[in-house]
Amino acid sequence: MAKHATPMLDQLQSGPWPSFVSDIKEEAERRHKNVGNVEFQIPVDVCDDLLGILELSYKDGTTHWKHGGIVGVFGYGGGVIGRYCDQPEKFPGVAHFHTMRVNQPNGKYYTTEFLGKLCDLWEMRGSGLTNFHGATGDIVLLGTTTPQLEEIFHELTHNMNTDLGGSGSNLRTPACCLGESRCEWACYDTQELCYQMTLEYQDELHRPAFPYKFKFKFDGCPNGCVASIARSDMSFIGTWRDDIRIDQEAVAAYIGGEIQPNGGAHSGKDWGAFDIEKEVINLCPTECMWMEDGKLMINNRECTRCMHCLNVMPRALRIGNDRGLSILVGAKAPILDGAQMGSLLVPFIKVEEPYDAIKELIEGIWEWWMEEGKNRERLGELIKRQGLAKAISAVGLTPVPQHVMEPRHNPYIFWKEEDVEGGWDRDIADYRKHHQR
Amino acid sequence: MAMIEFKGKNFEIDEDGFLLKFEDWGPEWAEYVKESEGISEITEAHQQILDFLQDYYKKNGIAPMVRILSKSTGYKLKQIYELFPSGPGKGACKMAGLPKPTGCV
Repeated sequence: MAKHATPMLDQLQSGPWPSFVSDIKEEAERRHKNVGNVEFQIPVDVCDDLLGILELSYKDGTTHWKHGGIVGVFGYGGGVIGRYCDQPEKFPGVAHFHTMRVNQPNGKYYTTEFLGKLCDLWEMRGSGLTNFHGATGDIVLLGTTTPQLEEIFHELTHNMNTDLGGSGSNLRTPACCLGESRCEWACYDTQELCYQMTLEYQDELHRPAFPYKFKFKFDGCPNGCVASIARSDMSFIGTWRDDIRIDQEAVAAYIGGEIQPNGGAHSGKDWGAFDIEKEVINLCPTECMWMEDGKLMINNRECTRCMHCLNVMPRALRIGNDRGLSILVGAKAPILDGAQMGSLLVPFIKVEEPYDAIKELIEGIWEWWMEEGKNRERLGELIKRQGLAKAISAVGLTPVPQHVMEPRHNPYIFWKEEDVEGGWDRDIADYRKHHQR
Repeated sequence: MAMIEFKGKNFEIDEDGFLLKFEDWGPEWAEYVKESEGISEITEAHQQILDFLQDYYKKNGIAPMVRILSKSTGYKLKQIYELFPSGPGKGACKMAGLPKPTGCV
């Protein structure tokens, strides 16, 4: 018998999608039965009380968590999101309900051995509830008490060789698409670069030193499967700079209807037979493709590597062999001065161990932002306030046309004094010699 | 909210152990907090940071950014963590009696 009546939540147990309510109820039940004789370190009925307070929020239409919460583990300034409910007498099981962020492996590949160990740990010292995964990438352990934080951290680090993720004004947990592990379009090893940068900047991740949060994300190609261009202050997106490799026999097979376009992604509806003119050539944004004697031709100089043709004909078209990545900066959500996506900063850089060139770019940006950034000013906002030209010079580059979508149309153009003959020191008397008042 | 007594003084605190009213601060407060913040003895270096945080808060009504704390006191972030294992926010600000840090923490 459940501890609280949850008539509204119960309605969410119907329908075809996996129900979070059914799952939480199942965990609540498991804790009550405790077949494994676990020595629970937080209230047994934490899941019941979570459902109870959630039902109350459904009824009231408002949240029942108090403002803020500052908890953590010694040595780190982040990683744990403190949370207290505002009805602790009614729902003592969630009086403390802190969230722990645990750094996930890149690409989120797991063994059941690892997950089993993590579940054992969390079942005993936490609520048994999780979020797989947080939007930034972390494994999210949802709900425990303050005294358990150091215990969990000790077991994570000593027994599982696993660290916390980031929170606060710091480098947050980096994430990547699954990259070369199982995608033929990956232009670099996203998992490796993500891992190496995570290790390199552990200090920046665990001890907030920045004006505000800062995120890295690593996309293997412009398809953006980890959405780095929208969700990271510094976005690393793979690309190539030589020719798309064409297998003309496979092109013919597509045209002949032997291979489904887009890997069969649209097979749920009858779109007619594949028409390469209509579905590829006429959709190319730069119109740099054409058919000649039954062969597909690409003017690669005019290709912007949008991925469309490769996406349609994965078995006929391949990324080039001269690979690297672009770096874009400044993506952020609306607060304070409006949403931004990443702006192109570095059009192309090779990805080569030990990644010194990439580290230099990262550190150039950090040096500038850490010095100039106002309290809680995202990099994207600093770029707006001080200008893209400052960001470009912060990483030691010079402006190129690729840095803009289009040139400015207003004429409010600043010049540096040293670039203007004669400088700014002028005497009005000299002017009056030639121009009467 | 809880009321605690230490060395004859009363302090009103929140769940995270932050002082609710800055005006209630006294040296006993720092003594009371230190153990839960992993500090055995409040040294001169600790005191320098606490004094700076309090002066800055009195003057500006906010806690300083980490960069300003470092520049003004001369302690690098690494040294601040050596002094206050929970860091400048949870450790030093709490001990100095400043309000709890907010935002996306």
